[in-house]
Amino acid sequence: MIYREAGQFKTTYAADQAIFPILQDRIFVALAVVGAFVIPVRFANEYWLQAVLIPFLIYALAALGLNLLTGYAGQLSLGTGGFMAVGAYSAFKLASAFPALNIVLVFLLSGLVAALVGVVFGIPSLRIKGFYLAVATLAAQFFLIWLFNKVGWFVNYAPSGTITAPPRTVFGVMVTGPDAAAGARYVAALAFVAVFALIAKNLVRGRVGRSWMAIRDRDIAAEIIGVRPLRTKLLAFAISSFYCGIAGAELVFLYLGSAETLAFDINLSFLVLFMVIIGGLGSVLGSFLGAAFIVLVPIFLTNVPHTVGLNLPVALAKQIELMIFGGLILFFLIVEPHGLARLWQITKEKLRLWPFPH
Amino acid sequence: MTLPLLEVEGVSVRFGALTALTHVSLEIARGEIVAIIGPNGAGKTTLLNVISGFYHPYEGRILFDGRDRTNLRPPDVAELGVARTFQNVALFKGMSVLDNIMTGRLLKMRGSFLLDALWWGPAQRQELAHREAVERIIDFLEIQAIRKTRAGTLPYGLQKRVELARALAAEPQLLLLDEPMAGMNVEEKEDMCRFILDVNSEFGTTIALIEHDMGVVMDISHRVAVLDYGRKIADGTPDEVRKNQAVLDAYLGVSSEGASAAPSETSPRIAPAKPALERPGA
Repeated sequence: MIYREAGQFKTTYAADQAIFPILQDRIFVALAVVGAFVIPVRFANEYWLQAVLIPFLIYALAALGLNLLTGYAGQLSLGTGGFMAVGAYSAFKLASAFPALNIVLVFLLSGLVAALVGVVFGIPSLRIKGFYLAVATLAAQFFLIWLFNKVGWFVNYAPSGTITAPPRTVFGVMVTGPDAAAGARYVAALAFVAVFALIAKNLVRGRVGRSWMAIRDRDIAAEIIGVRPLRTKLLAFAISSFYCGIAGAELVFLYLGSAETLAFDINLSFLVLFMVIIGGLGSVLGSFLGAAFIVLVPIFLTNVPHTVGLNLPVALAKQIELMIFGGLILFFLIVEPHGLARLWQITKEKLRLWPFPH
Repeated sequence: MTLPLLEVEGVSVRFGALTALTHVSLEIARGEIVAIIGPNGAGKTTLLNVISGFYHPYEGRILFDGRDRTNLRPPDVAELGVARTFQNVALFKGMSVLDNIMTGRLLKMRGSFLLDALWWGPAQRQELAHREAVERIIDFLEIQAIRKTRAGTLPYGLQKRVELARALAAEPQLLLLDEPMAGMNVEEKEDMCRFILDVNSEFGTTIALIEHDMGVVMDISHRVAVLDYGRKIADGTPDEVRKNQAVLDAYLGVSSEGASAAPSETSPRIAPAKPALERPGA
């Protein structure tokens, strides 16, 4: 009833190719973006920003990166954690080597470094596909973490082996380091993810995205159309690793404050892959939904027993939480293998007709 | 035009001990519709795969427009202006029909990655210009109603048509169709025949097609080449091929069923650019 495009006629191809062709969507998204910038900063407390919103945004960016590679270009990767580590350690090295460099530039440059590393580890993708490629990217994950552990240069020879976010400002506001307010860090993470989500959307609806999806769906047919597999796959690895690299830098600089290689181990790779699968492969929105699911559900599960007045022992609560979480993932995959994004799409289609479905 | 668009010269293809093609030669002139027929396993699809660069011949040459391009990879062949469809539909199932056809224009699109990322200026104008071209093809093939549908959900006949649209989007000089009418009912076949003839006459596209329906082959093609066990056994106008004893023995059966008795009723609007070649069996 409310969500209906009746009367909205498209008279140009430009209007038809807009990201949100329906007016209601445009209004909703505009409100959501403005709201995301304003409301949490004014009203959310430190806990919500630090424990929920900031990790959500950072994971969303990483999931977006992996979704470009796995969801759009069809190249399964388990090296996300490694590529994020590359971003984090490059950001640390760049920030400590060039203290005058703006932190935004540091993030972008560390994304570029991660992109280069991603291209190198993407080369096997020309010859191997699917699970075998996943194993090859697993090698990237383990090699990179080993490298950062082994070579002291990456951590400026700190005996603890940790990297720490130095204090830096953007427009006079402290966004990284121990004194940065959670609100400032939140806005910085949000700005990055908003810009890069838009860029990702532009890429996937255009020339580049079509060549990725062509390789994903039918590589033989793609080749005779003129898609060059190596170039296309390596571009996907580069862009994906760029996103993951920035997410990794943010993870240390905007969220954790300091980290060891442990923060980027194989579990992180799996976590981001789960986000992409649960959210929806080949969907920009799905990356956000998946990240929200993975970040929010454990918090929700922890708090539910308290609110209903059930006092479980901490260890038991943690176990139950893990079990329910695993069960939910299975449930979603069975009910909708195409993820939350597909569920949302179905809802929208139902809404177009609601409440008169005939 | 004296120079043939495509010359296949004595091409042999081997897979291990199996010889799929033996000294096959074929010339395709500009503006022709050439049908390649033959029993199952005769090497028809292999021949198309060699032409489109998926396989490289063990011996022999392939000339396009007079230039040797025997060992090019498929994307290079595409750049020369060759497009094709596949025997078992090879659409991009996860993409909309519109995106599938837009992908067909990939080689016509240029642009910097940065502008693409921002969807700004030339990048957007280019996208719109190609959208217009794609819409013309959508009109031409009468698939307006399904342009936003996911390709994988379409019925088989429409998928074949979308695949043709995707190949046409590249504005090819040479269009290779691998069994464009397989598995279609009579109406769908008639539609497809009309599209093939229209493509040939309106765009001047040279077409090489593999087809099993003898009625269709005899009706729409200017010239027919017959393969059997990897060798070319006949090449000529439909009438010549129909009377050729080697063909009758090998393919149509000795009883001479002459699948389509009526002489071509949809007479080609463009006559072949040169008289059909008489070639005795290879």
